[in-house]
Amino acid sequence: MSAGASAALAARARWRWWELALFAALPLSWFLLPGQSLLLNEIAIVALFAISLDLVLGYAGIVSLGHAAFFGFGSYAAALFAKNVMPDPLAGLGVAIGAAALLGAVTSVLILRGSDLTRLMVTLGVASILYELANRLDWLTGGADGLQGVVMGPLVTPFGRLDFDLSGRVAYGYTLVVLAIVLFVARRLVFSPFGVSLQALRDNRLRAASIGLSVPLRLVAVYTIAAAIAGAAGGLLAQTTGFASLDVFDFHRSAEVLLVLVVGGTGYLYGGIFGAIVFKLLHDLVSSWTPQYWNFWLGLFLVVLVLLGRHRFIRPWTWFQRRR
Amino acid sequence: MLTLLFDGIAYGMLLFVLAVGLAVTLGLMNFINLAHGAFAMAGGYITVLLMNRLGVPFLVCLPIAFVGTALLGALLERTLYRPMYTRPHLDQVLFSIGLVFMAITAVDYLVGSMQQNIHLPDWLQGRLPIEAVGIGKYRLFIIVVCAALTLALQWTLSRTRFGSRLRASVDDPRVAGGLGLDVNRIFLVTFAVGSGLAGLGGALGAEILGLDPTFPLKFMIYFLIVVAVGGTTTITGPLVAALVLGIADVAGKYYVPKLGAFIVYSLMIVILMLRPQGLFARAGAR
Repeated sequence: MSAGASAALAARARWRWWELALFAALPLSWFLLPGQSLLLNEIAIVALFAISLDLVLGYAGIVSLGHAAFFGFGSYAAALFAKNVMPDPLAGLGVAIGAAALLGAVTSVLILRGSDLTRLMVTLGVASILYELANRLDWLTGGADGLQGVVMGPLVTPFGRLDFDLSGRVAYGYTLVVLAIVLFVARRLVFSPFGVSLQALRDNRLRAASIGLSVPLRLVAVYTIAAAIAGAAGGLLAQTTGFASLDVFDFHRSAEVLLVLVVGGTGYLYGGIFGAIVFKLLHDLVSSWTPQYWNFWLGLFLVVLVLLGRHRFIRPWTWFQRRR
Repeated sequence: MLTLLFDGIAYGMLLFVLAVGLAVTLGLMNFINLAHGAFAMAGGYITVLLMNRLGVPFLVCLPIAFVGTALLGALLERTLYRPMYTRPHLDQVLFSIGLVFMAITAVDYLVGSMQQNIHLPDWLQGRLPIEAVGIGKYRLFIIVVCAALTLALQWTLSRTRFGSRLRASVDDPRVAGGLGLDVNRIFLVTFAVGSGLAGLGGALGAEILGLDPTFPLKFMIYFLIVVAVGGTTTITGPLVAALVLGIADVAGKYYVPKLGAFIVYSLMIVILMLRPQGLFARAGAR
């Protein structure tokens, strides 16, 4: 690589002040909002899941309607591991990540060919198959009742052994650490030459291929990495709630994470975090007002969001400007 | 065995009528409309409510379901759908998922979440007394109606002026527009008819498929399979895909009920891997 190219990459990868602020805000939220740990934990898990989708959608440009497949797979893997093998959370998280990554590597072959519609169908199909499997293999997964009785062991940390408590303080701290590590790694990834080449093939696959980028290999790699992160999010959910149910494979989950990501903005890695915060707070607000019909407002929100234009939506100062 | 085949064909024909509008939408404007099932649901609910609350006869309900859904489709096309055509696929997907969620909750709110039952007229109930093959009268009725619709569609597409305009617009909207065809108008009519057909399918299928507010989500993947596997350039493609899907689904649920919908999804993935553009895509067509 030439010196100029290296310098250009390094300039792109420079830490911005708001990125540092965001990384500082993560631990601060743990100290400042001790009473909200359960909600914050959910937000952090959704954020992690959305970051995973951002790698696939925002960076590689693959529209997936079945990203919940990896989330759910990680979730069940972690829950089953804790129940049947050993209750150590860190080992369980490793298993969840590994299982989801394996699934991602296997199914990534399916997204290489065809149009957007084909990929939509195939990703949706994979998630539906896993849903059916989890539903039918009730001797293993508990079927429609969900997998109950998952008891987590204490978390072994440098500060000693920490038990998961009811208020969710430990759980949220655990999720935050994973989120920060994943963010950091993902940041390194997208500013590396690999990450830049992903954006090249997102923008013009033919041109990327003709300057000598191996498109299929890159797609397989990013899909596998994203699957691993989604698996981590699912694993965290199962571990911190002590429960895994069919809901983790549901179509709603894939659709929701798309919405979360789109609200926060795609293609700059932090969209998932902002989107998750907005989405969960909105959910809490609307649910306390009309719990049964939350989906209606979700749908309305989606329609309005798209009609307004999702790029304009996250930039309120452009709402009243004339469209060019 | 033959009964199974017969039921599968009836199911497949029904799926074809439900999904053919989607095939045209997708082929003509390259628009991914996940909300197609909502129109089918609308047709189903129109029929159920008219029959159960107002006592309108079944045969009268069917045309009303068709016209009602077609008008609804036309209205939505003019107001909401048209700005979406030029958007990226992600926007279209989000938009139509939003519509599905709204439709589901709205129906839930207005009618209730329970399964709706349709009371068929007496002459459609029971089975024909033929040895060895049990033929349900209602399934036969569905096959006859759907076959007639298919023939009418095929005739319209291949023999009428509107059909040739539509085919021209599907093949290349820009050139068709350049030749003076009003592509937008053609599309409005086609969208309305496609929605109407979905509504009719929903009305016919309320008995077989079951009708509750989650209908659009439950069958969304089936409609998409028909279109993705059948391709969007011909009408025979989706027809064959729908028949295969119907027979595979009925046979799969009968012989290996443990696997459920598993077979259908796997079959779809395999076919899409081998033929990403669908089974009957013409070479060189987009």
